[in-house]
Amino acid sequence: MSGADVLLLALGAVAVGAGALVVTTRHLVRAGLHLVVCLGAIAGLYLVLGAELVAWVQVLIYVGAVVILLLFAVMLTRAPIGPADDLDRAAWPAALVGAGSGLGLAALFVSAYGWRAVEVAEPGTAGLMGDRIFGSWVLPFEVVSVLLLAALIGAIVVSRPDIGAKDAKERAR
Amino acid sequence: MIRPVVPFVVAALLFGLGVYGVLRRRNAVLVLMAVELMLNAVNIVLVTADTTVRAAVRDAGLTHTGGVFALFVVVIAAAEVGVGLAVILQLYRLRDTVVVDDLDLDAEPEGAR
Repeated sequence: MSGADVLLLALGAVAVGAGALVVTTRHLVRAGLHLVVCLGAIAGLYLVLGAELVAWVQVLIYVGAVVILLLFAVMLTRAPIGPADDLDRAAWPAALVGAGSGLGLAALFVSAYGWRAVEVAEPGTAGLMGDRIFGSWVLPFEVVSVLLLAALIGAIVVSRPDIGAKDAKERAR
Repeated sequence: MIRPVVPFVVAALLFGLGVYGVLRRRNAVLVLMAVELMLNAVNIVLVTADTTVRAAVRDAGLTHTGGVFALFVVVIAAAEVGVGLAVILQLYRLRDTVVVDDLDLDAEPEGAR
């Protein structure tokens, strides 16, 4: 066990523990805050695994933007502030499927990799990752940017009831 | 030296937690949070697999592919959250609920304009 292994184990334990709290807590706002801890621990995992740029993007986009959006949604839908009892349905089918898929995948990974150790070579710095994205993967990169634009325009159209309402009225006439 | 099995098992457990959350939760915002857990589990697998195979890939132009794919997944997750939250907020405006069990998709919304 090297120091990196201990770090991976500790960060992984934090991530799984916070993730478990996200799906079990009865406080809506606290679920969002536990998600911050979980995603932060995952960013730490990326750093130990030598994916620097992915770690910083995780902090910026997930912890910075996605969680804020989720907390906005919690507040704009007038969620209860205290504990709520009606957040969950029956536990056992979800627990069965969730534990089955989680433990099944874990067993698959353990049987595939065992206790083998690998060297961490060449961390994925911003320069190196930029080289790859704009070298081998420039076409998927452009497609993803168009997808993001389309999704944002779609979000605006969906959330504004006045867009498209006139057409519907004309059609009704 | 790292043991890749540790982050792989963490990813598998997080994915299981995400599946559990999607099936268990009734509030649409909490379902979205559980989906985020699953997407992050996939990202951990991509980054760890990239670290694992990096020593074996001799072609320098093909290393760090897992990291690039993880970045793409992050972008798609951001798009998914944007559209998902717009749908949830519109749902709340029209039906006054975000509980997915209570939704009757055939019903005529009362507040429809």
